[in-house]
Amino acid sequence: MKIAVASGKGGTGKTTVSVNLARVFAGEVLLGDCDVEEPNDHLFLKTSGHTEKIIGIPVPEVNEDLCNSCGECAKICQFSAIVTFGTTPLVFPEMCHGCGGCTLVCPTKAISEKNRPIGVIEISKAGNIKLITGKLFVGVALAPPLIRAVKNTLPIDVSAILDAPPGTSCPVIAAIRDSDFVLLVTEPTPFGLHDLSLAVDMVRELNLPFGVLVNRMGSGDNRVHEFCRKENIPILMEIPDDRQIAENYSRGILMVDALPYYREHFENLLEKITDLKKKG
Amino acid sequence: MKIALTTSGDDLNATLDSRFGRAPKFLIYDLDAKTFEVIDNEQNLNAAQGAGIQSAQNIARSGVQAIITGHCGPKAFRALQAAGIKIYNADAATVTEALDQYRTGKLMEAQSADVDGHWV
Repeated sequence: MKIAVASGKGGTGKTTVSVNLARVFAGEVLLGDCDVEEPNDHLFLKTSGHTEKIIGIPVPEVNEDLCNSCGECAKICQFSAIVTFGTTPLVFPEMCHGCGGCTLVCPTKAISEKNRPIGVIEISKAGNIKLITGKLFVGVALAPPLIRAVKNTLPIDVSAILDAPPGTSCPVIAAIRDSDFVLLVTEPTPFGLHDLSLAVDMVRELNLPFGVLVNRMGSGDNRVHEFCRKENIPILMEIPDDRQIAENYSRGILMVDALPYYREHFENLLEKITDLKKKG
Repeated sequence: MKIALTTSGDDLNATLDSRFGRAPKFLIYDLDAKTFEVIDNEQNLNAAQGAGIQSAQNIARSGVQAIITGHCGPKAFRALQAAGIKIYNADAATVTEALDQYRTGKLMEAQSADVDGHWV
């Protein structure tokens, strides 16, 4: 089963929940850090045995001797990565999403593909957790291809937790798509609710089963609970606004290791998700 | 010869917009006929990326040979150069003032982008 942890709002506790959930898994579990612009799952794990792989996307390179300036490449490109002004094409590699369309439509085979590195995937191990981290290179604005690369390294039929980036745009979709369950982490504040409602719209659009985890209970009000009741969304776990959690977090210590009391709660969460998934 | 000017208004007294890629409109002035038309650039105003490139394509379609604007970034500069459109940076307040500066030879043709790109 693949469980994606998403949120809408940033800073609600996706990483905390992902890493602790991975820790309470009975057997081996893969943890995919899909927050490739700022991956931080590794901060909470004592990992070893690092391997690295550079990930790139194919960008066009034009052979001007073969080009007849027909402009077909520019017509198919939705991102202005290749443009023509009745001339041989002008390529803007940083705009290219690597779809390969221009190469396919070129009638004179003047376009070939060149690899443009966008980031790196690091694989390491910490106890029962195999951590797969995507790290986007600084200055690169294309997270989804790297997130897909992180997911492609996950073997089928192995349990996995995917720590998604915040928000509700392309990188999040890339991270949560094809998962078996989405856990939306929020906080009981107006900001938490606002972004939760966007995230709920997103997972409904994607037709994925989902539930909510309310973090920092007691720090706000009950509007998130009211929303979930009205929308018939199950609240699967509540984590109190506990200073001890924050103190351990700031030292990079997992909640379930430092405060064993919470271990049971994460185990229950896993059970609830498994049950909900079974019910469909 | 036709020349484009970045603006947010609809006539010659309108403000010269200092942005090229994200200018709301282009006023296309025909220097021979002394007439003008205004073309819309709203879609690029809200573009996440590539506004400069798309704006260059937009004015290239209107057949201009030069553009007067406040600033021009690196991608827009490359695209305009490929399209054979000359770039003039002006700090004029209005379209009319910018056209006067051009006619009296006060504007120099830009040899490079004068601002950085927004994301890359």
